Amino acid sequence: MSRERDFHPQPVIITLIIALMLAIAPMPDWAEPFRPDWVTMTLIYWSMNLPRYYSIGWAWIIGLILDVAQGTLLGQHALALSLVIYVTVTFHLQMRQFPTLQLSLTVCALLALYQFILFWINGVAGVNTAAITYWGPVISGSLLWPLMTMLFGGARYRART
Amino acid sequence: MAPAKADRRHRSPHLPATGLRFLLLAALSILLLVIDHRHNHLDAVRKAIGATVYPLRVIVDAPVSLWLWIEEASSSRNELQLEISRLNAERLLTQARLQKYAALEAENTRLRALLEATSAVRDQVRVAEIMSVSSNPFRHVLVVDKGTRDGVFDGQAIIDADGVVGQIIEAGVLSSQGILISDPDHALPVEVNRNGLRTIAVGTGEYDRLVLPFLPNNADIREGDLLVTSGLGGAFPAGYPVAVVDSVVRIPQEPFAAVSAAPSAALNQVREVMLIWSAEEPEPAPEAVVSEEAQGE
Repeated sequence: MSRERDFHPQPVIITLIIALMLAIAPMPDWAEPFRPDWVTMTLIYWSMNLPRYYSIGWAWIIGLILDVAQGTLLGQHALALSLVIYVTVTFHLQMRQFPTLQLSLTVCALLALYQFILFWINGVAGVNTAAITYWGPVISGSLLWPLMTMLFGGARYRART
Repeated sequence: MAPAKADRRHRSPHLPATGLRFLLLAALSILLLVIDHRHNHLDAVRKAIGATVYPLRVIVDAPVSLWLWIEEASSSRNELQLEISRLNAERLLTQARLQKYAALEAENTRLRALLEATSAVRDQVRVAEIMSVSSNPFRHVLVVDKGTRDGVFDGQAIIDADGVVGQIIEAGVLSSQGILISDPDHALPVEVNRNGLRTIAVGTGEYDRLVLPFLPNNADIREGDLLVTSGLGGAFPAGYPVAVVDSVVRIPQEPFAAVSAAPSAALNQVREVMLIWSAEEPEPAPEAVVSEEAQGE
């Protein structure tokens, strides 16, 4: 029970807020298709390292906020994020053992899954989309993943329980 | 071996029923999706969540506002004077035009009163600043810094100095979301200014192109025609410029001509927009009142 007292959510909340800000910040037109899914990556990171505290519930609520912020159907990002985080939590022990390259590839697969759910729901709801544009965030996200884990090292140390 | 095992046992029981929780939340998401897609009953939920996003938008917007402020504060006296003289010249020109317009408007009201037609709708505008634009390439959505507190309502038309920009789709308390006319899901009723031909302009997902998909091959439309809002859809007041036709391709086998138009408003460059109120209370024009009194005597 002493673990509950060591629960420090501040670093997690701050990184999530920064990720949400990056998700809605304006970007130049050429960079727009390659905007990484910062929020997804942040949630993958925390649910992989601290799955007991940050898992599907957080992902779902953050997903709803993303839905409202981006004006998509309510529940779209929430569903995609919950699924990705569910997979992450299920395999978090394996993922922690992976070397950087392998982990980046895993994150790439998770991001592709995330974009696929968004694509799928858009298709069902009849929103016009071009399939090729879904790959931008997957590529940029998995390339930036190692950098992000380095930056998060300090925050993780403070959030450790 | 034993301690490792104990450790694992200690860790795993704290991840209870992840699968169950996921199934529950996934079902809830799908329920939300269906309700949101089929009916629009979730506005209150959206507004509540939107209020939590508002501070984030303000923070994200802060560097840009700060930069603009610094730029303004540090521009040299010379530049400012140039700007002032330019603006003065522009104001003179506009005022001269306005004078003519005022005379025309008075004449129009008089004529309408004579014909006993309903008084012309007077449009009021309010300037709003764009806080952010959508990060999703398939949704051309912008957020403006005025909400229901300032009288914004769903469906309100957004224009800029050159033409129609879009309309409000979600009026929050402090900020509102608007959809651009270039969004692929957006269509607006327009008419050709030259001959009154009515049609519908649909967004394409590109900022500089709209299409008019419902014009037959023999329609009287040519390049350079100005399209204005027809006011028939009810959302937009009539008579605001929308786009200029830039290509008309007539294919004999096809039932419809391929017509595309370039929006008059600079959709991806504007920073300030105007929200229009068409005040629809038919207030009697002063001239009409005077003439009735004259008749009474």
